[in-house]
Amino acid sequence: MSGSAALGSLGRGLVLPVGLLLTWEVASHSGLVNRQFLPPLEHVGATAWRELASGELLEALAASLRRDLLGFVFGSGAGVLIGLLLGLSTIADRVVMTWFNGLKQIALLAWIPLISLWFGFDEMAKIVFIGLAAAIPVILNLVEGIHATSRKLVEVGDVFRFNRVQFILFVYLPAAMPSLLTGLHLALIYAWLATIGAEYFMAAGPGIGGLIIAGRERFEMDLVMLGILVVGSVGFLVDRGASWLEQRLIPWRAASAQV
Amino acid sequence: MNVAAQLRTRAFPDQGQGRLEVRNVSKSFVVNGAPVEALRDVSLDVAAGEFVVLLGPSGCGKSTLLRLIAGLEPEFRGSISQDGDAIAGTSLDRGIVFQEPRLFPWATVSQNVALGLKNAPLSERAKREAVAAHIALVGLDGFAQAYPHQLSGGMAQRAAIARGLVNRPRLLLLDEPFGALDALTRARLQVELQRIWAHERITMVLVTHDVDEAVLLGDRVIVLAPRPGRVSRIFAISAPRPRSRTDDDLVRIRNDILRALGDGEEDGSGGTPIGGPA
Repeated sequence: MSGSAALGSLGRGLVLPVGLLLTWEVASHSGLVNRQFLPPLEHVGATAWRELASGELLEALAASLRRDLLGFVFGSGAGVLIGLLLGLSTIADRVVMTWFNGLKQIALLAWIPLISLWFGFDEMAKIVFIGLAAAIPVILNLVEGIHATSRKLVEVGDVFRFNRVQFILFVYLPAAMPSLLTGLHLALIYAWLATIGAEYFMAAGPGIGGLIIAGRERFEMDLVMLGILVVGSVGFLVDRGASWLEQRLIPWRAASAQV
Repeated sequence: MNVAAQLRTRAFPDQGQGRLEVRNVSKSFVVNGAPVEALRDVSLDVAAGEFVVLLGPSGCGKSTLLRLIAGLEPEFRGSISQDGDAIAGTSLDRGIVFQEPRLFPWATVSQNVALGLKNAPLSERAKREAVAAHIALVGLDGFAQAYPHQLSGGMAQRAAIARGLVNRPRLLLLDEPFGALDALTRARLQVELQRIWAHERITMVLVTHDVDEAVLLGDRVIVLAPRPGRVSRIFAISAPRPRSRTDDDLVRIRNDILRALGDGEEDGSGGTPIGGPA
């Protein structure tokens, strides 16, 4: 892509957000909507500056990201182990997979009461909930990736007398890698959504969710808006970062059509 | 002295065998609930260092026979033994090259060849040397770090041959290895294979439906007839090597084989013309 084409596509990408911000600003200033419900941008900006200066915003963001990351690491780690077991063992697959497919139909938020009862109301329960959110897409995608491994490549492993561990390391995991990365990518997004959900629905504590709740309870819409903007920006950056990593981790992707 | 030969002497001092005995082998598959007889009572002997070609139309069970010898199909009747030991499953003593290169797409040429050595009783240094020597043997120097999708079909098949040979097997099985290549590449790789066989002094069993390929490469050509697969005729080819396609003897034997295959068709035991898709 040439420089001007890149600029052009960036320009097109900016049309919608800039348009929305302008509409927001005009609506807020023209009195079309109540300023208490939709504060003008400069108020949100001032609040952002105030929160940044006091260190509260960064503190909340750090608390949320820490939770997000812990939940993601534990959840996706457990997801990889469970996915390997389900993907490689026909018995485990037959016994568990149908049940699991039913289980994943339960909306994630419906687990919150159960997890709260089992793990308490503090940090532990939140991380378990985020971990659950991260584990599910990892398990599903890894199992699918392992099942899609070419029989012909498995036979090559047979010819070289691969043992169980060698099959996993040299055949199944690399074959499932594109799928697994898709699963991890989704896990990053789900974990961030679950982080906000956990902060929102479980006992209040420091975090972006807590910031939004505080804004709602004190009827400071600029604080609520700020929280929402931060949540969206982090989600956007996480998604972009994951895509970027994914492309760099699979140099053989162009070969997917080949045996 | 070349590196590959040195490696072989070091790794397997008592090598130089590669005798194959196939006795009364029969094999059936179940297709759509009905049993289909792929091979009936096939017996053949391959001497150590011999180049034997299994030739026949589609459906004659030649690839099935090769898979049985490789140890990839555990269920069959009869017995197959290599140097007196009955085969049980796959073995590093038997290499195989499939019709498709079957390279691992996530590994470079060098990594693909090295994967063949994962269970070889060699030091890491000896493995590195063996990988480099075999990549050189098939003429892929300079492409060791290339990924399979960066290779042409012929180069990928060369890499597959290097991987099939890297364990220094006493027997190399080749299942229509050039079937998917264009005619020019195929002709070049046939000559290469002849050179590699002369160089390595191992037993090779090649499956093909290409009569020209069979007479160019084989010490013996075993013609199989289809439905059920069985040995129909055996042609010995004593023409000196390296051979040329235009050699009078080869052309004569080629015509004999074509006639033999044609007879099979006339008496109704073979319905598929030679040279059809596998």
